[in-house]
Amino acid sequence: MSDLAWIEQAMTAARPQAVGALLRYFRDLDTAEEAFQNACLRALKAWPENGPPRDPAAWLIMVGRNAAIDQVRRQSRQAPLPAEDQISDLDDVESPLAERLDGAHYRDDILRLLFICCHPDLPPTQQIALALRIVSGLSVRQIARAFLVSESAMEQRITRAKGRIARADVPFEAPGAVERSERLAGVAAMVYLVFNEGYSAGPGEVAARSPLCEEAIRLARLLLRLFQAEPEVMGLTALLLIQHARSAARYDAEGEIILMEDQDRSLWNPGMIAEGLALIDKAMRHRRPGPYQIQAAIAALHARAATPSQTDWPQIDRLYAHLEILTPSPVITLNRAVAVSRVAGAQAALDMIAPLAERLAGYFHFFGVKGAFLLQLDRRDEAREAFGRAIALANTPAEAAHIRLHLDRLQQDGPGAA
Amino acid sequence: MLYAILCYNTEEIVTGWTQAEDDAVMASLDKVHQKLMDEGRFGPAIRLMPTTAATSLRREEGLVLDGPFVETKEQLLGFYIVDCKDLEEALDTARQLTKANPASGGGYEVRPLRLFLPGVPGIGAS
Repeated sequence: MSDLAWIEQAMTAARPQAVGALLRYFRDLDTAEEAFQNACLRALKAWPENGPPRDPAAWLIMVGRNAAIDQVRRQSRQAPLPAEDQISDLDDVESPLAERLDGAHYRDDILRLLFICCHPDLPPTQQIALALRIVSGLSVRQIARAFLVSESAMEQRITRAKGRIARADVPFEAPGAVERSERLAGVAAMVYLVFNEGYSAGPGEVAARSPLCEEAIRLARLLLRLFQAEPEVMGLTALLLIQHARSAARYDAEGEIILMEDQDRSLWNPGMIAEGLALIDKAMRHRRPGPYQIQAAIAALHARAATPSQTDWPQIDRLYAHLEILTPSPVITLNRAVAVSRVAGAQAALDMIAPLAERLAGYFHFFGVKGAFLLQLDRRDEAREAFGRAIALANTPAEAAHIRLHLDRLQQDGPGAA
Repeated sequence: MLYAILCYNTEEIVTGWTQAEDDAVMASLDKVHQKLMDEGRFGPAIRLMPTTAATSLRREEGLVLDGPFVETKEQLLGFYIVDCKDLEEALDTARQLTKANPASGGGYEVRPLRLFLPGVPGIGAS
């Protein structure tokens, strides 16, 4: 790996901690970000000459702080200046610096930074955009490309999000235990949103959007390093790893979705699956199940099956039943019904989803799944009607195309066959 | 004489590699592996999963902890490779080792393997 590539990766890895510490110091997102940028520019010059510092994050924090203090002084903003003794000895940034930085702040800095990005005042799309910009350090152009919007629209979205953050009263003191766990849940949800943005890419969008999956995994790993004993964080990371492991098998050459059953399992990434399985294994030992762990356990059962016929559907049914209790939702019941159709047959599954009809009347998957159950029962006219509704509700061309395949097959068999 | 060569690097960076970057690193290392293999000097090579996948078993009260072994006073003295069906079985094995080991203090860290190359058969057997 070249020096420059190493430096770039060291900067990316150090970013959450460095921006988090700078934010604690300056209490302003733009100032913190700018300070970090400045530090990176200096690092690009200094590191190849002097060799990489022992602790890149500490180096970037110290240099970024200096640069920003200079600037703040020049602009004489209203923010109170830091005490002189904190900024006096900044010339030699290398040697005892790592020790001077307070390690206890480290976790809370990163958590605060993540928490700010998933502030309840922000709509989810802004949360994700802000996290990708501030925590991950993706450029506005990269984020815009991933969201399939123009650069100026994304710029606006991020600026608006920052404005809301500035107006909202963000606490800067270290959070207490209860608050920390509430924040953690919010951050986990945000990471999952980032992942889903990438995971739900349509045909032709995969190349642009799948980096979001990788970024979400990086964020999940970051959370896991901060909270090594939180089974839900293990579950989240496991879930993302196992789902992303299947990415190479999820679309065919034309960009059409390939259902898990029909995927070439040799294309699944064994390293990611192995790590996901190890993590969920570890999480279960805690006997504190939560939604991410259960979803990861379901994904793990699919991953463990060498062929679709070896899938442990009864266990998947039980896991969904548990998930229904923890987080009741018609969508989860719908997913459970797929497992039920394998265990108890299509009629039982159809009975299970019948009460959902009203609440899922606008939901593509409801009609896709319903059509598949009806088809299994050879109720062709009803199946055709359900698939028709599904196509009308499809969110992406790939979804519509997938349902159209079913319809075409029905058509080929001839309308008289019903 | 057998030598263990322990690999250290910043985990944040290594786990941040894309598949392509990771493959490139491994392909480059494989040239060295192959050379050692041809010379008949290559024993088992192991790549561990990240420390976040680690579980530790402390000797005191058989305490099980998430995460890697962090007691810096203690040094890595060696490691086993054991085939276990799950973490529980691995921890159970570690418990047996703890009981059998007369030393005080310390403990065992259980890290799932990411990669295992068995190397030249019989190496180190002499």
